Amino acid sequence: MHVAIIGNGIAGVSAARWLRKLDDAVRITIISAETEFHFSRTALMYAYMGHMRWEDLMPYEPFFWEKNRIDLERNYVERVHAADNKLEFADGTTMLYDHLVIACGSKWNKFGWPGQDLERVGGMVSAQDLQYLEEITPEIKKAVVVGGGLIGIELAEMLHSRQIPVSLLIREGSYWSNALPPEESRMVSRHIKSHHIDLRENTELDTIHDDGKGAAGSVTTKDGEKIDCQFVGLTAGVSPNVSFLKSEESIELGRGIKVDNNLRTSVPNIYAIGDCAELRTPREGRRNIEAIWYTGRMMGETVAYNILNKPVEYDPGIWFNSAKFIDLEYQVYGEVPAHGREGLASLYWEHEDGEHAVRINYEASTKAVRGFNLMGIRYRHEVCEKWIATETHIEEVLQNLGLANFDPEFYKQYEQDVVNLYNQQEGTKLELKTKRGLSAAIRFLRKAVST
Amino acid sequence: MPTTSTKKSVLQYIGLGLFAISLLVFTAMLGLDDYKFNEEQILTPFAAGEDANYWQQDAAAFHQAHLKIAGEETGLFSETFGTTFASEKKLKQTYATAQARVKEYYETEGLPQDVDGEGNPKTNEEGEPALVQMWQVELPDWKLKNNAAGWIKNAATGPVESNPWLFFLLTFGLGALGGLLYIIPKFSAQPGIKNDHIFHNQLTRGLDLSWRSVFLTLTVVGILVYGFYYMDDKLVWPAITAAIGLAIIGLVLFVHHSWGRDARDAGPEDYSGWLGILAGTYFIAFYVLLYWADQHVVAWVHMVSPISEGIYQYFSGYNEGGEAGKWFLYGLMYTFIMLVMGVRMISKYRHNKYQIIRTISVMFFQLSFAFMIPEILLALNKGWHGDKATLPFQDMKNIWPLDYDFFHSWSIDGFIDNPGSLGMFMLFWGIILVIVGVPLMVHLVGKRWYCSWVCGCGGLAETMGDPWRQLSDKSLRAWKFERYIIHGVLIFAILMTAATIYSFLPNDDYWINRTSFLIIFSALLAIAMAVALVAYQKSRLTISKLGLSLGVAFGVGMIALNIYYMTFGGDNYLFASTGNVQKWYGFLIGAGFAGVVGTGFYPLMGNRVWCRFGCPLAAYLGLVQKFQSRFRITTNGSQCISCGNCSTHCEMGIDVRAYAQKGQDIVRASCVGCGVCSAVCPRGVLRLENSSEDIYDRAETERVIHIDMENGISLMN
Repeated sequence: MHVAIIGNGIAGVSAARWLRKLDDAVRITIISAETEFHFSRTALMYAYMGHMRWEDLMPYEPFFWEKNRIDLERNYVERVHAADNKLEFADGTTMLYDHLVIACGSKWNKFGWPGQDLERVGGMVSAQDLQYLEEITPEIKKAVVVGGGLIGIELAEMLHSRQIPVSLLIREGSYWSNALPPEESRMVSRHIKSHHIDLRENTELDTIHDDGKGAAGSVTTKDGEKIDCQFVGLTAGVSPNVSFLKSEESIELGRGIKVDNNLRTSVPNIYAIGDCAELRTPREGRRNIEAIWYTGRMMGETVAYNILNKPVEYDPGIWFNSAKFIDLEYQVYGEVPAHGREGLASLYWEHEDGEHAVRINYEASTKAVRGFNLMGIRYRHEVCEKWIATETHIEEVLQNLGLANFDPEFYKQYEQDVVNLYNQQEGTKLELKTKRGLSAAIRFLRKAVST
Repeated sequence: MPTTSTKKSVLQYIGLGLFAISLLVFTAMLGLDDYKFNEEQILTPFAAGEDANYWQQDAAAFHQAHLKIAGEETGLFSETFGTTFASEKKLKQTYATAQARVKEYYETEGLPQDVDGEGNPKTNEEGEPALVQMWQVELPDWKLKNNAAGWIKNAATGPVESNPWLFFLLTFGLGALGGLLYIIPKFSAQPGIKNDHIFHNQLTRGLDLSWRSVFLTLTVVGILVYGFYYMDDKLVWPAITAAIGLAIIGLVLFVHHSWGRDARDAGPEDYSGWLGILAGTYFIAFYVLLYWADQHVVAWVHMVSPISEGIYQYFSGYNEGGEAGKWFLYGLMYTFIMLVMGVRMISKYRHNKYQIIRTISVMFFQLSFAFMIPEILLALNKGWHGDKATLPFQDMKNIWPLDYDFFHSWSIDGFIDNPGSLGMFMLFWGIILVIVGVPLMVHLVGKRWYCSWVCGCGGLAETMGDPWRQLSDKSLRAWKFERYIIHGVLIFAILMTAATIYSFLPNDDYWINRTSFLIIFSALLAIAMAVALVAYQKSRLTISKLGLSLGVAFGVGMIALNIYYMTFGGDNYLFASTGNVQKWYGFLIGAGFAGVVGTGFYPLMGNRVWCRFGCPLAAYLGLVQKFQSRFRITTNGSQCISCGNCSTHCEMGIDVRAYAQKGQDIVRASCVGCGVCSAVCPRGVLRLENSSEDIYDRAETERVIHIDMENGISLMN
């Protein structure tokens, strides 16, 4: 059996690894035009900032692929001939497969801005994007980055490291406010500004102007303000990279490639995973396209089971994510909607320095804990997950909050402050029973859940 | 304008300039003084001792006379020499001339008749006069080797010799000032990760594999070739070492299939950092001069002598004495560098309390335990007891086998042969540290308590070496080399020390004798093997079967050897000459590996080359950490994004990401617990922790969310 995988990002590579783990005989080919070896896309910024070399971005040593008999094909897929189980490459060659996994990821959005196709306009998604930015960097005296998501702040930080002044334009009133609750969003905004990045809230891009030589020279905002710049970073989200599939009608496309709960497309032996997959029926509270690292990895594992006739439905489990806004770390576990939800209570504690915060969401009626949002503080994934999964009472959680703390040794512990805040708000007299430490966490995690 | 360097203020540029000047002065001052030898100073070491017999008195007189004549002929006493090299050359020439004449005299005139202790002429069995041997009367080579540096030092005259304080201020003073001017403004930046452009910087970007191999090969071959000369032209020591080295290379490349397997070459993509190459070369040259050619660095010793004398005279109450030797120079430099670069480390990681406290700890231990306390103890010596001091002086945080000469006879004598009980305390303290302290502390908190909190080598690596921590090789191949080499050094240290103690101990009825030593030694080996085997049985950690087998084979072999010596006795343990094995160990491991390679290679192969590949104490601590410790680095569930910051900045070359992305906790013998992986992780994934809940299945669970065919998708199990 030959499984061809289009794309060597985390989703495609996870699929290949799990296929090999589960089956010794299956032939596996990973096809990518982007790079020879799998690299960590989330780390592109560190190569530009000089924190790491390019090869440090590779999670596996080059011999890994040979040792695990995963063939790497450096090529670009022009067309998929689903009826013939055949791939057609840009160089005119073809490849036959028994099963095909499409994990071709996303590309950065262009929303039809005038000038969006000029030189020195780009996003930050692929190795080529990074290479291009590196090439044009000597010409950049000032840069504008458009979009208030996770890539926008990364791109701004990258340019800032090269001592290029950056204006960061965001449509919203505070950073990433469509994903973060207002307090946290404002904290991120403050943090960005304190690092001397010119963050412009409530500002939208209107036009990118030609400098007369076919490259970006300035932008105007919707308010009519003109900003001179030699680079425009477009980071207003990403969308599935599926244009090469438009010629193959048997594969049903929406925004992405439509897949069922077993990650199968409309063609039975073709699967889609990662950023390019669009779930027909996402789980409750989840989006149909989730372009994040962890879901790509989980989909890769799930698809391997399904290809090998061990049907498993894709289940992303309890939501979690993390990010870093310059020096401000962020972690989220469970349900933390940006604008709240009816019946969802929220305990929000913020340190007076404005750089640390803990938010614990719980059901107002049953007091069952639903989600955690952490800024500048690290919490244990497993502990939070177990509390959420077992619908633990908020007061039980608070009294044992130390179990979750994952900050390095000697860091100040804020759990008592969080408990005090709850006591103050609710008139309770809870006491913190457990402090930070691994032994208690292990005991807690090993304890069978009483039903 | 866009740039690939960090933003620096004017003050910082001034600091860099001052530092560069200090480095220039430090280097140039070696050539500033002139050297003028006086006759008396050269001849004094050749005077006959008070209890010399007639032929010894004659020989001494000949030696002095011929040296005087030779010196007059060659111009040694009349000329002024501009460099240490010219001085050394003339000394050698003069000495060789005198040697030849002395030898010629005895060859033509015949050797004198020997006498016994009473002064009566000796005869042999046939009743003929017993003559002395040629080596007893000729001018020996070692007297030149031992005295050259001292002669040159005393012959110095010129700006450094007459203005030591000025030069101290221009080098140490200006260097520290420049360094601090560069470092202090960093505190005004916001706390956070400060790794911008380390791979764009010519000083810190490292070398590609071919350059690294060239440096490594040249250095190793150079040390072995010099070793031949150092061991008085005995080929056996460098030959055995080279054979073991080649065997390890063969094992790793061919038996473990590293040959032809591409590792990440982890070198700069365009060209290697020339400033780093320059710095590495400078460090290597510094150590070579310090260890093996100290006659060329007498200017530095002159410069720091007033400080050494000041400390000595202040604490002793004497009005003279306390001249510096090269080890005082080294200790003072070491301490200065660690303190200044410690401030840098704190500025860099000041968002991280673990790093701050740890850095203050290594700075403290260097300043007090390693530097000041031994100097004060030395100064407090009131009078000498034979040739032994009344007080022992010892860096009490230095532990065997890193402190490889702890059990050497002169060291033990130093502890025992003095009036007070401090020496006995230090001896027992040292032994207790090895047998109880190390295993207990490593069990509780991991080897970090020593390697990144207390140790001097580790302290230098964590402060001065921090800018190069990213240069450690993370390949699987490097890990395989590491395991063979570091455990090889541990075995060498154990064998050398066993031979030392054996030949040092009496063979009599007092309970501390050779037999009891062999019994205790065997018992310790048996305990170690038992602990390892139990851990192997109970543990679900991956423990290399090959490694365990080799360890057990070594233990069993040693016990068998001990039984042999208990049964049959013998003057020497294993080696024909205990003195030679000590000498080779001191040369190869103590100086070559720990110094020249260990620190010289900071800018070439990262700041922990010695700790990772060579330190026998790190090997011992590491075994305990792997088999029997509460310590691990916990991975936080599924949060890892494989970015590789942890691996890149791991100074020990551990591929942390390989574990973290699987959701596996990290249990590695080599981890020194510096905590930088956790500090640089952008997703809060790593935490250094201890727990006794799961010693034997630490790191066993994969915590990444994945599928379980029975239970569906879950985070744990």
